[in-house]
Amino acid sequence: MLLRLEPRQFTSKRMQYASPLIAAVLTLIAGVILFSALGTNPMVALHTFFVRPLTSLYGVGEWALKATPLLLCAVGLSVGFRGNVWNIGAEGQLTMGAVCGGGIALAFWGDEGPWLLPLMLFAGILGGMAWGAIPSFLKNRFNANEILTSLMLSYVAIQILGYLVHGPWRDPEGFNFPQTRIFGDDGIMPVLIEGTRFHLGVPIALVFLVIVWVFMSWTFQGFKVQVAGQAPAAAAYAGYSRKRVVLLSFLISGGLAGLAGIAEVSGTITQLQPIISPGYGFAAIIVAFLGRLHPFGILLASLLMSLMYLGGEQLQIHLNLPLAVTGVFQGLLLFFVLGSDVLVRYRIRLVAQPKEA
Amino acid sequence: MTAAQLELTGITKQYPGVLANDHIDLAIASGEVHALLGENGAGKSTLVKMIYGVVRADEGEIRWGGEPVKITSPSQARALGIGMVFQHFNLFETLTVAENISLGIDEEHDLKQLTSEIEEISEKYGLPLNPHQHVHALSVGERQRVEIIRCLVQDPKLLIMDEPTSVLTPQEVEKLFETLRRLSSEGCSILYISHKLDEIQALCDRATVLRHGKVTATCNPKEETPKSLAEMMIGSELPVCKRTAQARDSEVRLVVRNLTIPSPDPHGTDLKSINVTVHRGEVLGIAGVAGNGQKEFLAALNGEIMAAQGRIELNGAEISKVGPTERRARGLAFVPEERLGRGAVPDMSLSNNALLTGYREDMLSNGFIRFDKVRSYATAIRERFDVRSSGIEAEARSLSGGNLQKFIMGREIMMNPQLLILGHPTWGVDVGAATTIHQEIVDLAAKGTSVVVASEDLDELFEICDSIAVIAEGRLSPVKRTSETNVEEVGLWMSGQFEAGEGEVGHAA
Repeated sequence: MLLRLEPRQFTSKRMQYASPLIAAVLTLIAGVILFSALGTNPMVALHTFFVRPLTSLYGVGEWALKATPLLLCAVGLSVGFRGNVWNIGAEGQLTMGAVCGGGIALAFWGDEGPWLLPLMLFAGILGGMAWGAIPSFLKNRFNANEILTSLMLSYVAIQILGYLVHGPWRDPEGFNFPQTRIFGDDGIMPVLIEGTRFHLGVPIALVFLVIVWVFMSWTFQGFKVQVAGQAPAAAAYAGYSRKRVVLLSFLISGGLAGLAGIAEVSGTITQLQPIISPGYGFAAIIVAFLGRLHPFGILLASLLMSLMYLGGEQLQIHLNLPLAVTGVFQGLLLFFVLGSDVLVRYRIRLVAQPKEA
Repeated sequence: MTAAQLELTGITKQYPGVLANDHIDLAIASGEVHALLGENGAGKSTLVKMIYGVVRADEGEIRWGGEPVKITSPSQARALGIGMVFQHFNLFETLTVAENISLGIDEEHDLKQLTSEIEEISEKYGLPLNPHQHVHALSVGERQRVEIIRCLVQDPKLLIMDEPTSVLTPQEVEKLFETLRRLSSEGCSILYISHKLDEIQALCDRATVLRHGKVTATCNPKEETPKSLAEMMIGSELPVCKRTAQARDSEVRLVVRNLTIPSPDPHGTDLKSINVTVHRGEVLGIAGVAGNGQKEFLAALNGEIMAAQGRIELNGAEISKVGPTERRARGLAFVPEERLGRGAVPDMSLSNNALLTGYREDMLSNGFIRFDKVRSYATAIRERFDVRSSGIEAEARSLSGGNLQKFIMGREIMMNPQLLILGHPTWGVDVGAATTIHQEIVDLAAKGTSVVVASEDLDELFEICDSIAVIAEGRLSPVKRTSETNVEEVGLWMSGQFEAGEGEVGHAA
């Protein structure tokens, strides 16, 4: 007997929306099994993982903060993914956004004003865009695979950051630690809710979410991106420029990742250091798909993913479990999401093994 | 009448949402050439797939030589003596003819012996073929011969041919028919699937007509007229396409000069110095066997691939350097051969598909989409061109081929183009919709639009075109007035036998 996937005659709309929920439930079940196998009471572990982080106002603030870079990166990536442009390098664009924005903060250190923060954000966006423009140029000019180039450029960006904070930008009064000066007050995102770290970056991210939603749903350029993704031959037939879609996708996703980077360093870290992101740019790929490549789905997905980061830390602190649990959870979630997606559109049939020809 | 070689009784096949075959009865005698006739979606393919063991029937009985049998796989069908030549060939290009044929045989066999067998068969049935040649070097007609010989080496008692002539020139069709007649005289039954009525009349002894999964008639096609056969197929009186007065005039609309393009696709056809002139209100037909450069030529006119050499002029202005968007702005419209995925985005609604190329019709404001205008345009197309769908929000993929084609044609026609380019406009479209489409083309030309239509269906071209040219191996023949040429000459040209022409009516010899 063989297992075979057969396309379903009708794909249920209801199941399409339910499939992320089913995936979440399956992830929970798998989590129970996982924690039992690790010798921890699964109920305590799941409570620690998913509920405990949100039991204080501070915790809720952290939840929103961690969701912000995920949200920005994922919303940007979703534009390209819908246009069949595969930017895997949001991590690098995020890093370059942090480098460029942070560089502004350092350049004007001690000589600043209220204009500094907007300038930093602007520089961060431009830095991410510029870094994203490289793979799009390579793709358009030499037909180089953007998955490889954007991914590899991520590591280049991280090395550049490492070089800067170890070398030229190192804090002269920092006892040789590989980090820069702490940004001046005008270079730090104002905290909006007392008693938390909830800063201006969060509402800024929501504004960009709405802008991307409007762009994709209401503008002709957004429509062209979707056509390019769903039917490249139709886009060519109608005269939509493929190169423009590639460039635009990379500029949007790079720019938003860059914004995520500068928001992260100017909001929570307040200086540059060798590691500024625990892999937000990569996790955002999962978030984008979990959110169905739709801005509002991505909002929910980024909150879920952010909770997983917080939960992982809690598990480490309170139950002595390894941080790798977070990674396992992310992987399980993506696996179940893709699995339910396939099964919504296909069904499994057992078929008799064909006779040997 | 002799005992039936194959007899089907009450064959029924239900697919989710559609009854593909509803109690089909069919009997084929030894040596009989039996036509299976029907529009797209009438259930022909499902029926032959059941005979060949690809699909199993829900109900009904198959008798083979009088004995009831259950055919569960193609290899079992071959063992019984049933061979099938599919419309799309299953050949490995990098292998030789003999190796390909060897792969299709289930039993142990010796390749050398098989090679001599192939030579024998190819001689006997007039199917010239060198068993040592690699398949990639063969023409489409020769590939079909490989498929036929692959069936014949197994000494079949029934040969199923699924639309075998769609890729052949008229002369090749004649040769194929000789082979089939010879086979039939030796007692091999042939089940011949087609919707080309003249072929069925020329070849077949009996015909079974299917409509909506049911047998609607069994007849002797030689005693019927093409009109009566078509009416059996569509179940109502055949609409006729009315030609209006000759609309073509002397104003030059499209000029193509020495257009030369190496194909971007390694398996495509290079265009070689194409010259043609089309006048206002003229319908120019481009005949030719598929894969001779039609696809590339139409894409070049649309601006999807750019000319390496030569120029294209629309209304006297050069357009060879600009892309599809600019050409559309100058009055060009195009209905490509592939509907799903090129002419329309399969997963998008009809209204979004109206926007795809119709955006110039006042559907945008400052880069934003005016969805009310998009919807009203889509609704107008749907009403004027009788597109049957659940509404304008229906996904393009949910429409039948003919309805989607009417929608795409409608979208392009409603832009009132100066030049309309059509790729196989009625391919896979049922007779009724095809007539509607022909009528629209003719009416459009009467209003002054120039039309370039590429098609493999010569009847269609002779019906709607003012002038005809043939494309073969990337070269374009001289243009002739339809009234001054005939199927034989065009057929000859289709095999590449013509002097490269000036490409303008009146200048051709």
